[in-house]
Amino acid sequence: MSSAAIMKRRWRALLTTLWKQRVSYLFIAPFMICFTVFIVIPIVLANALAFFSFDAISMPTFIGWDNFLAILTQDRIFLQNAIPNTFKFAIIVGPLGYSLSFLLAWLIHQLPKRIRDIFTIAIYTPSLSAGVAMSVVWLVIFNGDRIGYFNNFLLSIGVVQDPQLWLQDPQYFMNIMIIVSLWASMGVGFLAMLAGLQTVNTELYEAGAIDGISNRLQEIYYITIPAIKPQMLFGAIMSVVGTLKAGAIGALLAGSPITPQYSGHLITNHIEDYAFIRYELGYASALSVVLLLLVYGSSRLSFRLFSSKGEE
Amino acid sequence: MGPKLVHIPTSKAGKRRIRLSLARWKKIELFQVFAMTGLTLLAIFMLLPIVFIMNHAFKPISELFLYPPRFWTNQPTLFNFQQLLLKSQTTVIPFSRYLFNSVLTTLVTVAGTIFVSSMAAYAFAKQRFIGRELFFSFTIVALMFAPETVAIPRYLVIANLGIMDTFLVHVLPLLAAPVGVFLMKQFMEQIPNELIEAAKIDGAKEFVVFFRIALPICMPAVATIGILAFQGSWSQTETSVLFTHTESMKTLPYFTMTLTNGLANNVVGQGVAAAAGLMMFVPNLVVFLLFQRRVLNTMAHSGIK
Repeated sequence: MSSAAIMKRRWRALLTTLWKQRVSYLFIAPFMICFTVFIVIPIVLANALAFFSFDAISMPTFIGWDNFLAILTQDRIFLQNAIPNTFKFAIIVGPLGYSLSFLLAWLIHQLPKRIRDIFTIAIYTPSLSAGVAMSVVWLVIFNGDRIGYFNNFLLSIGVVQDPQLWLQDPQYFMNIMIIVSLWASMGVGFLAMLAGLQTVNTELYEAGAIDGISNRLQEIYYITIPAIKPQMLFGAIMSVVGTLKAGAIGALLAGSPITPQYSGHLITNHIEDYAFIRYELGYASALSVVLLLLVYGSSRLSFRLFSSKGEE
Repeated sequence: MGPKLVHIPTSKAGKRRIRLSLARWKKIELFQVFAMTGLTLLAIFMLLPIVFIMNHAFKPISELFLYPPRFWTNQPTLFNFQQLLLKSQTTVIPFSRYLFNSVLTTLVTVAGTIFVSSMAAYAFAKQRFIGRELFFSFTIVALMFAPETVAIPRYLVIANLGIMDTFLVHVLPLLAAPVGVFLMKQFMEQIPNELIEAAKIDGAKEFVVFFRIALPICMPAVATIGILAFQGSWSQTETSVLFTHTESMKTLPYFTMTLTNGLANNVVGQGVAAAAGLMMFVPNLVVFLLFQRRVLNTMAHSGIK
């Protein structure tokens, strides 16, 4: 048989399989079409821009790997501020916010059904109202003059003599960012885990009790976590992605895209700086490719950590 | 064929459950009291901003810049809302048009997102086809890309599609929701294969299995996606600013943004901004509560997993 005939037969076999699976393709088609048009194509174009010098007005000129070289060799703010800040921020806010989300979701699930949604909304609102709440609440709390709640409180109990400039002092800025982020970290992951807890078969707990589970910690470890593993993985990925990609919070707290002495400068702020202030879009694209690689690596790690923990 | 059949407990198991829960009754009570006290304190702290937003909107000018600042207002007034109303009457397009646009596009987006994401998630979780892993990993990687640099390519794509300045541009880009697909897939994975196979043996087609079995079981996830889609659509101004030119195609958040722009620095502006913020925020709360109720009311299906 000639090779052309074999190829033809293989093609036919492939086409038959594809035709048999047509229902599946029909199921994913609406999503995949929107996804390709509005997300994949723009991302591919943006990635391609990383190899160009582009100021949003004149035509892009091809410069090869120069943008990446500049990131690794010349960009002091990126290497000295953005990278360490992002890691510090992500390492604290990620795991802590994630554990808080799980703990609170679990605690809410222990309450009687009728009052659960009141508590759910209370815990979830910070992430819901982030933008609004930030400007009218946290800025007032950490206001630099005597009007600020925090200064007011510290002055009245005599801890400080003069009002502190909380949001202008690089020394405090990062910590305030972390506190505010933790406060607003009960978002999608929290909702997913709470919804996951609702679907756990209650008979599992009874079976567990018969098998000798005596306290709630054992119950969480042996029954709850395995039962909502998919939701926990979802929460973990969302918190890794969310914290590494965070950036809006520093800008909101500082009131300008650049935080005081770059103390809260995250990678995303750096990208915004180059994209919207300096209009070096090629360079900004190269930065977001670097960020994508970082996030991808970290989430692979958490995938692995998580599945090994769950399989025990 | 419905999932309820599977859940009906035998009377024996029912009795055992009653005895067991009686044995644990006191322990649960004590723990619940403990959990509730802790959660209540935390909830009050978490709700502070909402309390502030609610009260801020009703504060008279004299209280907006009070020293020391207060959460509660002493003399609640509707002055800020009157100002907002007055401002909205001076515009060419009536307020109701923006409201109509917002409600319509948000409703279509929420329904569409739920439908589109859960269909894709069902296929990713429960069907075998060529390219399944590949397509799904695309979805996950897309989550990780920083949206800042995508703005210009996105604009070019949308401009070339010819959907600028239509209702479609308010809806279609939001239907591509990787988070929704990911979340839904995690829930769909937990549906036992036996259940789906049993339904297929009984002659159910894929679409019937999806609508009658998969979706009802995953109601908590559906409600969660609904909440997310609502938030994503209701308060976003991006579409109105970038992708529509005609004033009558723009939505409510854009309108409130134009009202409060440049006002936030003066004293009266603070009040108007607070009133507008409250107006945009309240629907979020209402929709959240509505959907969250659905999460809790689907407990009947919990016997499935």
